[in-house]
Amino acid sequence: MKKNRAFQKSGVFRALLLAALLAAVLLPLSACGGGYTETVIVYNWGDYIDQSVLRDFEREYGIHVIYEEFDTNESMYAKIKAGGTAYDVAIPSDYMIKRMIDEGGLVKIDMDNIPNYLHIEDRFKNLSYDPQNEYSVPFFWGTVGILFNKTMVDEPVDSWEILWDEKYAKEIFMLDSQRDSIGITLKLLGYSLNSDDADELEAAKAKLIEQRPLAQAYVGDEVKDKMIAGEGAIAVVWSGDALNMMLENEDLDFALPREGTNIWTDAMVIPTTSRNPEAAEKFINYMCETEIAARNCDYINYSTPHREVLAALPEELKEDIRFYPGENDLVMSEYFEDLSAMLPVYDRIWTEVKAVYE
Amino acid sequence: MRKKLLNGPYLAWMLVFAILPLFIVVWYALTAEIGGERSFSAGHLARVFEPIYLRVLWRSLKLAAVSTLLCFFLGYPAALILTSRQFRRRSILVVLIVLPMWMNFLARTYAWLTLLEKNGVVNSVLSFLHLPAFNILYTDAAVILGMVYNFLPFMILPIYSVLYKIDHSLIEAAEDLGATPLVTFRRVIFPQSLAGALSGVVMVFMPAMTTFVIPRLLGGGQYTLIGNLIEQQFLTTYDWGFGSALSLFLMALLLVTGALLMRSRGDGEGGLW
Repeated sequence: MKKNRAFQKSGVFRALLLAALLAAVLLPLSACGGGYTETVIVYNWGDYIDQSVLRDFEREYGIHVIYEEFDTNESMYAKIKAGGTAYDVAIPSDYMIKRMIDEGGLVKIDMDNIPNYLHIEDRFKNLSYDPQNEYSVPFFWGTVGILFNKTMVDEPVDSWEILWDEKYAKEIFMLDSQRDSIGITLKLLGYSLNSDDADELEAAKAKLIEQRPLAQAYVGDEVKDKMIAGEGAIAVVWSGDALNMMLENEDLDFALPREGTNIWTDAMVIPTTSRNPEAAEKFINYMCETEIAARNCDYINYSTPHREVLAALPEELKEDIRFYPGENDLVMSEYFEDLSAMLPVYDRIWTEVKAVYE
Repeated sequence: MRKKLLNGPYLAWMLVFAILPLFIVVWYALTAEIGGERSFSAGHLARVFEPIYLRVLWRSLKLAAVSTLLCFFLGYPAALILTSRQFRRRSILVVLIVLPMWMNFLARTYAWLTLLEKNGVVNSVLSFLHLPAFNILYTDAAVILGMVYNFLPFMILPIYSVLYKIDHSLIEAAEDLGATPLVTFRRVIFPQSLAGALSGVVMVFMPAMTTFVIPRLLGGGQYTLIGNLIEQQFLTTYDWGFGSALSLFLMALLLVTGALLMRSRGDGEGGLW
């Protein structure tokens, strides 16, 4: 008891009390329902939508949108799998969609409720992750390529090999992602980025360990700020991010390596945890409305799979094979396949690459 | 009787938030799925002792120990200053120490990223003053800096709270008896503050051992620590068994360290721990 009193007097207590009071005043300024009877919970990548579109959807359908963001397919999967939140719409990438379909984690979408699906280009239909187009509606697509700063790199960039060039020691940003980093290394070595061959993977590991001293860091989203600020010469990035960074810093340029790369599609799906699949279908259809898709495309600058939106883009962008490569430009490239069984092997490789200390 | 009733909520709390999660971790760590059925297996625990993972663990231990020491040598004097001078607005100073802890941990760590980078704020100021650039981002030094910055309040507060409670008449007595300030500190103040100091050490060492955000952001992902390894198992590889085994091993390690520290403390009085 006496101890308690001393604690109260000690100022720590008063400080904490002050803290609690301040928090109590500042916190509840958020959260108000707005009188909607229905809600749809959407789970999307960070900064991957024009937020005004969400408000317009609410106004048009009277359905409240709860919007949450994730940063990797893996963390999204883990969170949906863990339950907790009943997400109605999620927007993962191809290989993760395949995995979720295989595990029975997705609801079949009634395409009669998605009339706007007809706007999606044919090349983004019937892909291996969803061959019958039953579970997913493409949102955006892109590639992985090399972003470089023209003031620091003067040779032509057209190969992954430049990431191993000692001239650029400590000027290279790699992706902190097992699948992507091992995948592009496999590509460089002339293998498939979906390899499950022990020798090929061993070769990729050796190559990545060789690269360790040249990499400035293994990064996630912070690579955008880094490259815009000129903190490095070369980075492995997704095509849409590349375009955004190039708009911020005109010294930056982007290249697709000749060895081929990863082409991906992010698509809208309905997890089986959804409590309101009807609202989810309305939401998905709304995202495919030409005007809405155009606004999203304009905001996030990734490549659109929407025929009309593409047609309306400025000539120089839609003909730019860095951001709108045709199918012929991508013959060497591959989609990721679900490699669930190989995950421990990839994990081991990645740990060994990163646990090599000087 | 009434006492028992009052215990109820706490017992329920402990059950739901301490015992149950612990049980799940132990369960995953000690079982493996073989042919669709879960059975007991020491495989995950055995894997923890493979050299590559021990190397990661050793590195985490070293970085956490260095950060804890630095926090102690920075935090102790800070707590001393807070108590010794008669500040009129002492609680405001304490708030200032606590304040950073309310800001989002991630945002604070991101801020260091901007401060430390090659063309960052620190280097801009240095180059303006014609001083040589300061490049520690993506090194151990940056990781340690991040830990010290984030965990320092956990060192200052418990030390401060015990120093505050020291009976001032003891210090006056020492002074009356002719002790120099140094002797007073060594023989009167310091021994009485030991409990708080040990709490501080434990409270800094534990999060420093398990952090994964700091090494990823400030270490540039190239300094895999045990926290990163565990995160990777749960979020990327879905090897919950191995992730749990790593967590369990780490927990045991921290428990032993904590127990040893607490034992050496003796009286078990005071502190936040």
